[in-house]
Amino acid sequence: MSKHLLTIIDYGMGNLHSVAKALEHVAPNFQVEITADKARIAAADHVILPGVGAIRDCMAEIRAQGVDTLVRDVLASGTPFLGICVGMQALMHSSDENGGVAGLNTFPGRVHCFPKDALDVHDLPMKVPHMGWNNVYQQAEHPLWQGIESGERFYFVHSYYVEPQPAYTIGTCHYGPEFAAMVGRDNLFATQFHPEKSHTAGLQLLKNFTDWNGRL
Amino acid sequence: MPLAKRIIPCLDVDRGRVVKGVNFLNIRDAGDPVEVAKRYNEQGADEITMLDITATHEGRGTMIETVRAIAGQVFIPLTVGGGIRTVADIRAMLNAGADKIGINSAAISNPAFVREASERFGAQCIVVAIDAKRVDDHWEIFTHGGRKATGINAVEWAIRMQAYGAGELLLTSMDRDGAKSGFDLALTRAISDAVSIPVIASGGVGTLEHLAEGVNLGHADAVLAASIFHFGEFTIADAKRHMASRNIEMRR
Repeated sequence: MSKHLLTIIDYGMGNLHSVAKALEHVAPNFQVEITADKARIAAADHVILPGVGAIRDCMAEIRAQGVDTLVRDVLASGTPFLGICVGMQALMHSSDENGGVAGLNTFPGRVHCFPKDALDVHDLPMKVPHMGWNNVYQQAEHPLWQGIESGERFYFVHSYYVEPQPAYTIGTCHYGPEFAAMVGRDNLFATQFHPEKSHTAGLQLLKNFTDWNGRL
Repeated sequence: MPLAKRIIPCLDVDRGRVVKGVNFLNIRDAGDPVEVAKRYNEQGADEITMLDITATHEGRGTMIETVRAIAGQVFIPLTVGGGIRTVADIRAMLNAGADKIGINSAAISNPAFVREASERFGAQCIVVAIDAKRVDDHWEIFTHGGRKATGINAVEWAIRMQAYGAGELLLTSMDRDGAKSGFDLALTRAISDAVSIPVIASGGVGTLEHLAEGVNLGHADAVLAASIFHFGEFTIADAKRHMASRNIEMRR
């Protein structure tokens, strides 16, 4: 039997190898490909949109390489789809980063910068990027939460956050403001945290993704 | 509950082996990097940092292989530093599976390299390593394992590196490194309070209380240690329990 195909969309941004290695670890029956090839992405059983760095550069590459159309096609096809970090922010209506950047508008949410005036435990301004392990509280049931407790810590590294939209927010986190740590609808979901770097809980979430048929 | 403070075991790697010395002297062998990294991962380390202390051109290939082997088995953030001088060096380490890249000497000889690296790969993966020593009433940046003074004020340098796009600072007290007498808390607090990016305290940990002091008194966001973990004195879990008992938010 041929292996299931999982593609990680390569649009020239970020470290895709960590994501690939984690998936190879949890799903040995999957063929994991880092690719920009539209035919391979369209043929995949599961698709991941990663992303790190500045959203302006990410969106420019997403549009230049036709990833925006690809994402819409994958969404319409019912193929399970996962966005990670800036790959989640890119799915929103727009971002405040870099003076205002339009997103793919797959979700109505907006992306904001963490406020400069929030204080930490020493009454000093909170550090940005939000870097490290923070609690994610489950706000809705989802097949991706299988075997993961609400309040589990995941690894975050980001300076911008997605304002929660109650209809789509399936997990939240607090760092100064409350923000959307995980959003989803239909066959699409996305995490602000990095499941590929979140040890046992993150690997469980990636395993759940590879087990998921895209239906709720 | 707030963001957890991090414990980062550090692997100093020389030609494919973990080593540890005191003030960069009396090097002791502490094992195979992949095995050591796996052990810390199992003990609950929040990240792992690996520094190529020889950083020769010939050694680079060995380091890439080590990074690749660790990244295939350890699913927490991995920082790699030592001899990183070009965008190609960074790309090679990221492609091998590193998540963050430590830049030290190259930042001093060419600060614009930090900006270039940050714009190319994102601030989240650029960790500027600062080696500082007390000189009179302030701290200065030293290179070559603490032997060469640069005359650069450490606090001013930290602020400048943040402006150049560093996403995090790895701050080592050269006076304390390997001495087991605790972090230079005044230095740690001066830098941590001066910047808005996370600061990792390093250099001098000899007891678990030193780790807690780094956060509570030094205002560090993460604490890095090597020798107290390498030779089985304490586990990462011991350190987390102790820090939690000092009211520090920790990941279990």
